[in-house]
Amino acid sequence: MEPKPQEPAVLVPARSVRQDPWYVRWILISSALLLVVFLVLVPLINVFCQALADGPGVYWAYLIKDANTRHAIGLTLIVAPIAVIMNLVFGVAAAWAIARFRFKGRTLLVTLIDLPFSISPVVAGLLFIVLFGREGYLGPWLQAHDIKIIFATPGLILATAFVTLPFVARELIPVMEAIGPEEELAATSLGATGWQMFWKVTVPNIKWGILYGVILCNARAMGEFGAVNVVSGRIIGQTDTLPLRVEKLFQDKPSASYAVASVLTLLALVTIVLKAILESKTHSPSSDGPLQEVALRE
Amino acid sequence: MSITVRNVCKRFGKYVALDRVSLDVPSGCLLALLGPSGSGKTTLLRIIAGLEIADSGNVLYLEEDITRTSARDRNVGFVFQHYALFKHMTVFENIAFALRIRGWPNDKVSQRVHELLSLIRLEGLERRYPSQLSGGQRQRVALARSLAAQPRVLLLDEPFGALDAKVRQELRQWLRRLHDDIGVTSVFVTHDQEEAFEVADKVVVMNRGRIEQTGTPHEVFEHPANAFVMDFLGNVNVFHGRVENGRAVLGKMELAWPDYPHNESSPAAVYVRPHELDIDLAPDGVASIQARVMHINPAGSVARVQLEAVDSGNLIQVDLSPSRYKELDLQNGALVYVAPRRIRVFMPEDYSI
Amino acid sequence: MGYSIASTCLRIDDYVYGEPGLCLANQIQYELLMASVNPRVLPGYRLSLGYTMFYMSLLVLIPLAGIYLKSFTITWSEFLKAAWTPRAIAAYKLTFGASVTAAGANIFIGLLLAWVLVRYDFPLKRFFDALIDLPFALPTAVAGLVYSTLYAENGWYGRFLAPLGIEGNNTRLGIVLVLIFTGMPFVVRTVQPVLESLDVEVEEAATTLGASRFQVFLHIIWPTLMPATLTGFALAFARALGEYGSVIFIAGNRAGETEIAPILVMNRLLELDDSGKLAAIAIAVVLLTVSFLMLAFINLLEWWSKRRGA
Repeated sequence: MEPKPQEPAVLVPARSVRQDPWYVRWILISSALLLVVFLVLVPLINVFCQALADGPGVYWAYLIKDANTRHAIGLTLIVAPIAVIMNLVFGVAAAWAIARFRFKGRTLLVTLIDLPFSISPVVAGLLFIVLFGREGYLGPWLQAHDIKIIFATPGLILATAFVTLPFVARELIPVMEAIGPEEELAATSLGATGWQMFWKVTVPNIKWGILYGVILCNARAMGEFGAVNVVSGRIIGQTDTLPLRVEKLFQDKPSASYAVASVLTLLALVTIVLKAILESKTHSPSSDGPLQEVALRE
Repeated sequence: MSITVRNVCKRFGKYVALDRVSLDVPSGCLLALLGPSGSGKTTLLRIIAGLEIADSGNVLYLEEDITRTSARDRNVGFVFQHYALFKHMTVFENIAFALRIRGWPNDKVSQRVHELLSLIRLEGLERRYPSQLSGGQRQRVALARSLAAQPRVLLLDEPFGALDAKVRQELRQWLRRLHDDIGVTSVFVTHDQEEAFEVADKVVVMNRGRIEQTGTPHEVFEHPANAFVMDFLGNVNVFHGRVENGRAVLGKMELAWPDYPHNESSPAAVYVRPHELDIDLAPDGVASIQARVMHINPAGSVARVQLEAVDSGNLIQVDLSPSRYKELDLQNGALVYVAPRRIRVFMPEDYSI
Repeated sequence: MGYSIASTCLRIDDYVYGEPGLCLANQIQYELLMASVNPRVLPGYRLSLGYTMFYMSLLVLIPLAGIYLKSFTITWSEFLKAAWTPRAIAAYKLTFGASVTAAGANIFIGLLLAWVLVRYDFPLKRFFDALIDLPFALPTAVAGLVYSTLYAENGWYGRFLAPLGIEGNNTRLGIVLVLIFTGMPFVVRTVQPVLESLDVEVEEAATTLGASRFQVFLHIIWPTLMPATLTGFALAFARALGEYGSVIFIAGNRAGETEIAPILVMNRLLELDDSGKLAAIAIAVVLLTVSFLMLAFINLLEWWSKRRGA
């Protein structure tokens, strides 16, 4: 059994000069904790309490027995992964171009990638309606060929992909810049083709970054509401994803709404746990052990 | 496999890294590119490797113009300053990389890797990861990796720069012996003059994108082409004065310099190595200068004496052999006479320090 | 290099040469020409950049161009009629006001949380650190659902606040509260790394020179944190401006009172007649332009903070 590469031990010793007086510390800590408890923890617990309020049997029934909810689960499980994979491929391509090369317009490209973050989801959905809606630019053409984008799954995928576009790229760009091109240059000088270098050297080095980006992207994709709301047309049983289902149920049957919400909350919890674990793997100063020398580029 | 570089130019934006550099590396030679940082030596090495593309000029391996060939197709071995080992692969897989790329069968791969492992004296460590090795071990693995596919040319970028002094010493000698065994044409970059002299057959001194001088270590040291080379290689004392009529005039001191027989006086700088100066208790006509002893460092293989010239206030450094030092029995503050045994004179146009 | 010999040969063959044998030589010459024009040592430049631009155009640039184009088909006065009604103005004011308030609150909350997490140790610290990411990972619909339930009259919070006359549901207060929730991680996560990389020795130097803890904070720590705090504020603000899914549950969407701009867009879109659609597009264009400005502003902030050596 080979010993694995060691994790760096990052322990900052407390220096006494930095210590604030004990009462200051306790006031600050307790206020902080109270804020987190009331703003985050209690709502979190509330979701599960409300969901299970009628008993676990009823909870289960809400999720499984309801055909529309089942359909919503299925739809979410199609739309989100496809959007994530689309953005994964894009993210890797963009990170390679941006981190490894210098070209005119590079900074502009990075800014453009951030764009979906700052656009309201409703506006994002509207963008696709303007393009693909019945009176949109491509509307007549789509109707003529009987292709449905808005009010159908493709539209949901497009809207979700738009909103989650930056996640993987934003994560991979700094990771690849931090790793540096040396290993890839070494592989090239040893005779590797582009794809050989990519699969044998690049991907193993960025795999944690990819996982991190994919997890965040997926969380957002499965939870997207605004943009999907606009393009879905809210046709029950056909174009409702899980978050939309939560809203629909809220109007009719609040407790069922909680059941669905709890599923999404579980997903969010898994996401933040995985995020915390992966953070130590991607954002540690290096994955070399204690024998690493300081690398300084000339 | 000889390397020829012809009139290579390279700039990064406005910064000129290489200015019409030409170089010949004979087959089987171990050549050092020596110079201060910013001299362009690493850029030149990377252009030879194909990791940078020159703006103009040619690079040839033997007679073949490979200027436009990609690094991948040049079959060079390149050793990076910080090793660039594949972190997630074992030592074995790192060394085997080039072979696997070329589709070698497993048994051949294994044979070659073990050959190289014994060459670099790391047998038994093939299942370790780079993070489990010391700096010196990593560098040896990087070397083995680059040698695996039998490259025509071996290029090393400050290979020992990131290591401790003692490890550096050991690896230098080891590299020299390795080269003697394998005989592949090698070029390495260093800013350490001692390293270049100890390891290389030929030394190329570079400064500001140009080659100042090429030659064996002995040639460059004993017959520097210009003031920069002389100043860069080892300690030197500089005296400013004039030359005329075959003599160099430095204040009260006059020394023979037949290389400048002209009548017109010209400003010049006289360069003398510390071990080419002698100390006497009595003057030697006009060929010596009076100075006061400021500081003596007797420890070591030479005694280092620092003096201050009485007239000009110049600081002079003299290296004395232990026997001579004992003979003289110098004290701080003593007034003595310093005489150059051998000088080199450079005119101001010659140097660009 | 990305060209197949076959395709290039076909092209050259078509135009000039009849002999396939010459084709290879031309292929090599062509490649050499491209190499001198595009000297990249690492492979994959054209492929990666090409795909990136292709994807960005398809998914982002063309849709954005589309909506702007559409808005240009309306005359300026029609545009104003749609985007500058009293209802719309009320929505803009509310959106802006609520977002500023929420992001402003998040400055203090964020600074406090970042400070406590970086400087102090306490039980379950990692648990709370992870919890802070929840608003980021939680679907907005769930956030809205939970908050509206909590602040409803018989909700866990509502039952304490109602007697005090504080109404969370269906009010602007509710909107601000939910925006605080969704924006919370932004300031914390932007300030945390800066705080972590603060040089101990600078603080020690200040202390040896006689500064009290508070003075050290004011004159040494805060100036370093300020750019990051500002950036975090801008991010939280931008997020709040566009927030939809959570507000919809708690706001009640009373036009002119609790209708934020994104919800206004949605409401107008759902109207049956065409003027609603046009109005939605007009208002969306206004929001879009504000988004661009926010993005430019955030980038400027980040550039400025880099210059200050943060």
